[in-house]
Amino acid sequence: MTVDNLVSNPAAHPASACAACPMYNGAQLTRLGINMTDWDFVVALAGNPNTGKSTVFNALTGLRQHTGNWPGKTVVRAEGGFLYGDKRYKLVDLPGTYSLLSTSADEEVARDFILFGQPTVTVVIVDATRLERNLNLALQVLEITDRVVVGLNLMDEAKRHGLQVDERRLARDLGVPVVPMAARQGEGVQALLKAIDEVASGVFVTQPRRVNHRDPQLEGAVSQLVRQIEFAFPGLPNARWVALRLLDDDESIERAVSDGTLGQLTQTLTPQTAPAIRLELEAVN
Amino acid sequence: MAINTDQLLDSARRLRTEIGGDVHDRLTASIYAEAEQIAGRAVTQSGQRGRFDFDRTLDRILTSKTWGFPAMFVLLLGVFWLTIAGANIPSQMLGTLLLEYGYTWLHQLAAALSAPAWLSGLLIDGVYLATAWVIAVMLPPMAIFFPLFTLLEDFGYLPRVAFNLDRLFHRAGAHGKQSLSMVMGYGCNAAGVVATRIIESPRERLIAIITNNFSICNGRWPTLILMGTIFIGAAAPPFLASFIAAGSVVAVAILGVVVTLFVSAFLSRTWLKGETSTFSLELPPYRPPRVWQTIYTSIIDRTLIVLWRAIVMAAPAGAIIWLSSNIYLGDMSIAGHMVTWLNPLGLLIGLNGVILFAYIVAIPANEIVVPTILMLTMTVGASLTGAQPGVMLELDDAQVYTVLTQLGGWTLLTAVNLMLFSLLHNPCSTTIMTIWNETKNRRWTAVATLLPLGLAFAVTFFTASVARLLGWA
Repeated sequence: MTVDNLVSNPAAHPASACAACPMYNGAQLTRLGINMTDWDFVVALAGNPNTGKSTVFNALTGLRQHTGNWPGKTVVRAEGGFLYGDKRYKLVDLPGTYSLLSTSADEEVARDFILFGQPTVTVVIVDATRLERNLNLALQVLEITDRVVVGLNLMDEAKRHGLQVDERRLARDLGVPVVPMAARQGEGVQALLKAIDEVASGVFVTQPRRVNHRDPQLEGAVSQLVRQIEFAFPGLPNARWVALRLLDDDESIERAVSDGTLGQLTQTLTPQTAPAIRLELEAVN
Repeated sequence: MAINTDQLLDSARRLRTEIGGDVHDRLTASIYAEAEQIAGRAVTQSGQRGRFDFDRTLDRILTSKTWGFPAMFVLLLGVFWLTIAGANIPSQMLGTLLLEYGYTWLHQLAAALSAPAWLSGLLIDGVYLATAWVIAVMLPPMAIFFPLFTLLEDFGYLPRVAFNLDRLFHRAGAHGKQSLSMVMGYGCNAAGVVATRIIESPRERLIAIITNNFSICNGRWPTLILMGTIFIGAAAPPFLASFIAAGSVVAVAILGVVVTLFVSAFLSRTWLKGETSTFSLELPPYRPPRVWQTIYTSIIDRTLIVLWRAIVMAAPAGAIIWLSSNIYLGDMSIAGHMVTWLNPLGLLIGLNGVILFAYIVAIPANEIVVPTILMLTMTVGASLTGAQPGVMLELDDAQVYTVLTQLGGWTLLTAVNLMLFSLLHNPCSTTIMTIWNETKNRRWTAVATLLPLGLAFAVTFFTASVARLLGWA
């Protein structure tokens, strides 16, 4: 396969007319297609079905993952690469899911990757016209990982429907960067890249919102369990989430606890050790 | 460490009972409450809601109990009519170019280079001819069908199809999402089988996997379109021909849905008994399709990839066909032996030995069925019917009709039964491998392979017997 190199010289384009063109957004972006060796960062792309994840994936990697206007189109992971600044990114397009709590095969693929694949940044694409329902998933992702960027997609449709979405308010409430986008038109791709880069390199430190369960009994049980989890797996980044899963009788997380898969999350993953875990996951799937 | 994790799981279990279970609902409730609060602060509604109303009006028609199915039928008929009417002329042009000029030119070239007869036979009469046939038969209809289908997909029509079919699937004891994997299967059954991952319940997923075969895949559309055009459309008055041809293809596709429901109902009442799950299906908004982008990507990604796969399969198949009809065992070629041996069985089910042999050669890919049948009919089939063997160089519908009826001894029954056999028969080897990968179960893989094959034989035997009883064939 050839490497799609679409770097363009920004000076050659008048800025205004080209701003909507995906090629223009390639100012600092080199699409690497499926060439993903020696990546510096792994970025996961999560979101509800039919919010434009595959469209964003294609815009960033230059690949042509099939896109379609129906939920349930992507059921397996697609991977591609891009170069932004001087960093190589591997981008993983996850199946679209409404939640990470149930156990259909596609939801498990998405959740396992966010949890065990330990992406450097997880981008959650949300549909601006159906924000409330989409935030259910975003909040669940924020329970698992700190480093999240929210892509507020389909802003063009929201505008058509007379909806105004205050992205700054949303960013403040969620504690992570929120980038308004219209990915089908290529708008917002550049800003998304910048946000991913800032979160990945630690320039932007997120303060993710954690759902308060407003239930003293439940919160009490959680904190008791968190202590034991932190004792069993020192350094585990998402003990609170694991505690909630165990209280919810989640069999696959119980399995991960007893066979030690969870223990691997306490080691910081480097690009060299990550593939081994990825392969194990593939064997599980 | 081991003790730690056991203790951990124990205390989780203890705490769960202490706080009274139903953690799942409590978690979901608080997440929903929080999402509602955050969204409420960020979103303000102003001005018109016009587009929502447009969506609703359209949905009232496209998903209505009365108009949903007729609308679906009309859309499908439109797509196939455009495909059949539009593909005819480019198909003939490609046929002239590749088969008439290209083939003759290559033979002249081989003669000029004084290439040995076996080599030019293998490469030109075998590999080149099969490949050229596949391109001429497949490229034009696929180049029209895929963009049209992708436009409907981009517009947001597919979930409406799923919505309409859901009631029927529910009655058959299957999962409503099966209609989505079924629609995926209209592109490629292997992809359709993978798409069944959206179905949570293993029982319903198996039903969806086994019945995905009855969604007509890329490789089978050309067979149906060709048969519909030259046998069924041609039987109608000329001004109606393309409509009747399209109608016959749509009828086979609808029969596929009926068989899917019937087999699903059978499985869910016998080997795969169980409850039907409920689920919610999101009907996404209609979006204005991106016409040029859709045409570009569906031609590059779908048409050319499907065509490339067909060519990759056709080239070795062409070599096998040529070798098997030119290597002699005793007084007959290998293909001759095979075809003679399969002929009684073929005739019993209203087909013939050439067609059954073609389906054996085409196990790796349905795309090569038509070229194989035509090439074998010209050579081996002709000797069975006592006609003069030769090589067909024109892709004129009338010419194909003449060859099949005169050299192959085809009747209308042969064409109808070939359409039925194409719809029902076993999945291709790629799909069988995918079923094995998804189920990891030998028994279900065998069921998914042999049940359709058995059904294909049973149905074609039935139609052939009825036709004979009534004196039609």
